[in-house]
Amino acid sequence: MIKHFLNLEWKQYFRSSYWQKNIAINILMVFFALYFVAMFLGLGFSLLFLLKEMYPDQDPFVAANGFLFYWIIGDLLMRFFLQKLPVMSVKPLLTLPIKRSTVINYVLGKSALSFFNFLPLFAIIPFSIMLMGDGYVASEILIWLFALIITVLIINFLNFIIEAFSAESELSFLPIMVVVSILFGLNYFEILPMTTLIGSGFLAIANNPILILIPIAILVLCYAFNFKTLKKKLYLDSSLKSKVTEVNASDLSWTERFGDIAPFMKLDLKLIWRNKRTKSMTFLLLIGVLYGLFFYPQPMYKEMTFMSAFIGIFSTGFFLINFGQFIPAWDSGYYKLLMSQNIKYEQYLRSKFILMVISVVLLFVLGIPYVYFGYKILIAHFAAAIYNVGVNTHVILWGGSFNRKKIELDKKAAFNYQGTGAVQWLIGIPLMLVPMGLFGLVNWLIGFAAAIALLIVLGVLGIVFHKKLMRGITQKYLNSKYKMIDAFSQDN
Amino acid sequence: MIYTKDLSKTYNGTTVLNIEELSIPKGQSFGLVGNNGAGKTTYFSLLLDLIKPTTGNITSNNVVVDESEDWKPFTSSFIDESFLIGYLTPEEYFYFIGELRGQNKADVDALTSKFEDFFNGEITGKKKYLRDLSKGNQKKAGIVAALIGQPEVIILDEPFANLDPTTQIRLKQIIKDLAEKQGVTVLVSSHDLTHVTDVCERIVVLEKGNVIKDLETNPATLKELEAHFGSTARTSLEEE
Repeated sequence: MIKHFLNLEWKQYFRSSYWQKNIAINILMVFFALYFVAMFLGLGFSLLFLLKEMYPDQDPFVAANGFLFYWIIGDLLMRFFLQKLPVMSVKPLLTLPIKRSTVINYVLGKSALSFFNFLPLFAIIPFSIMLMGDGYVASEILIWLFALIITVLIINFLNFIIEAFSAESELSFLPIMVVVSILFGLNYFEILPMTTLIGSGFLAIANNPILILIPIAILVLCYAFNFKTLKKKLYLDSSLKSKVTEVNASDLSWTERFGDIAPFMKLDLKLIWRNKRTKSMTFLLLIGVLYGLFFYPQPMYKEMTFMSAFIGIFSTGFFLINFGQFIPAWDSGYYKLLMSQNIKYEQYLRSKFILMVISVVLLFVLGIPYVYFGYKILIAHFAAAIYNVGVNTHVILWGGSFNRKKIELDKKAAFNYQGTGAVQWLIGIPLMLVPMGLFGLVNWLIGFAAAIALLIVLGVLGIVFHKKLMRGITQKYLNSKYKMIDAFSQDN
Repeated sequence: MIYTKDLSKTYNGTTVLNIEELSIPKGQSFGLVGNNGAGKTTYFSLLLDLIKPTTGNITSNNVVVDESEDWKPFTSSFIDESFLIGYLTPEEYFYFIGELRGQNKADVDALTSKFEDFFNGEITGKKKYLRDLSKGNQKKAGIVAALIGQPEVIILDEPFANLDPTTQIRLKQIIKDLAEKQGVTVLVSSHDLTHVTDVCERIVVLEKGNVIKDLETNPATLKELEAHFGSTARTSLEEE
């Protein structure tokens, strides 16, 4: 049976169109994974020396155990947002003559092989080796290592229990927040010193191997609980059925002032607000506003005025870039409808344009407080906003006519690369590098004022020729109409 | 009204549709039948300019559909679920289509209220998104949306599939009324021979992209069609 499952798993992975179509993205993901592995390996090998340096009067092994609490909490939080139990993939198996318990054991067992479970090992194992090399008793360290591996698995299954609860509650982040903040609060206010409690717990296991039975018991308990909840849910009408969401209707009649593009504006706003992937983009507005805070408080950026143009473009254009790069793929699910309806392409595109302009203005206004770090920053942001409105909006709409990848709106938001192709990487060059380069060059050759003036002039030119540019862009979309329809109706 | 001349569509050397000449007069209810892969959806997609013809063209109301977009105001269609916008409620979808076709909310409400019994209380006023409706209910919403804005040509691909028997009977009445009373040209494709013969004045049989039968519907048509498709089943059995 397991052989069949593994075979299916293998095919699912390598026959997925992600794998076959998006080599570049896979390479990137592998690169990320390797990066994390390297980071953890580095941490594992250097931790002993770091601890010795930071706590010279403490036993480094004891000190390391003091950090375990924070690791557990951090790991739990990270998993909650990134790791999901792959329940949906078993739907086709339900009608086959396989015992339900086999399917459940398979799903749960599979989750134990997740990348999240292996990552900590890259730090823990080298650290253990270093400890043994440093003269610690090998048997104690091995028991400790074993206890940690079991803890990783406990976190793995605990996360699914928390997720099961959060799926039922209205505010899905609430359960994890409650669990984490209670644990953290108990520790912080020293009602229950979790740090030392967990730390000494692991020390006790290292000293007294029989105590390893306690984490093993917890693991078995967590597994059994997951097994029970899953068994109840493995029916088509409960968890395997996709969620039916209540409609949230809001009054969008204010869009009527935009005249003939109002229907599309309304559609775009609903698109953004009612789909998982687009919804997460509204939070990008917040990131866009706060983006400057990563740089401006640091004194080294004080002197680099050209940086403020870059940050300005990025910060005021954050939504523009993230939303704009997938035009018209956002509408790929019903592109055939739009193409057979009585619509003017130009109106459809202008609605997206207006939306992006509004976001730029909004982000600029929200970013005005950056004047605190110097008036030049505000001026640079203003010039960048004008440039975004006049040039980048058109560039990104033009780039959109090369989009050939469909997006399924109801798929998850984080780490979703669906719809990403070469266009998304290439469009960054004219979007970001060109204005930065121009600004840096003129700033260096003539001066700050001239560089600002250049960005503003380019932006204003774009605004003046808006109608003309839009005509060209619309023609570009019309020319690739059949190709887009064909590409968007292909299943990924 | 709709005139097709020398139309063909070829994918990688395989011709999936080849129609020398086909003309559909205004106000006719026109049925297209054929097995899977016969070219029904390809023909409708060409009619809606969703794919480009390899040769020839279709003229609808004196507009060549792949050259001008002027056919769009008087043509409406429902081909499949990809014509629905999943994150809208049925009402919002009707209003959206209405706005595109120059109808205000009152016009749309007036039209959709006529289909209360067709909806069977499962579409409107439910506070559900289209993506959360069942396949059959999605289809009902899509079909009614295709009737918004007094179109002169309505194209429905497989409208009877996925519908319950009651709704199928109601839909047949709706289609008949459109052609007989309002002079709308209705193009319907189906696998179900009974439904097509009930609804359509004229039936064209496609096979591997070619028109092989063009019948005026009369009481004997159903028998003839059944005999035709039955014989192809027998010959393929014998070939095996």
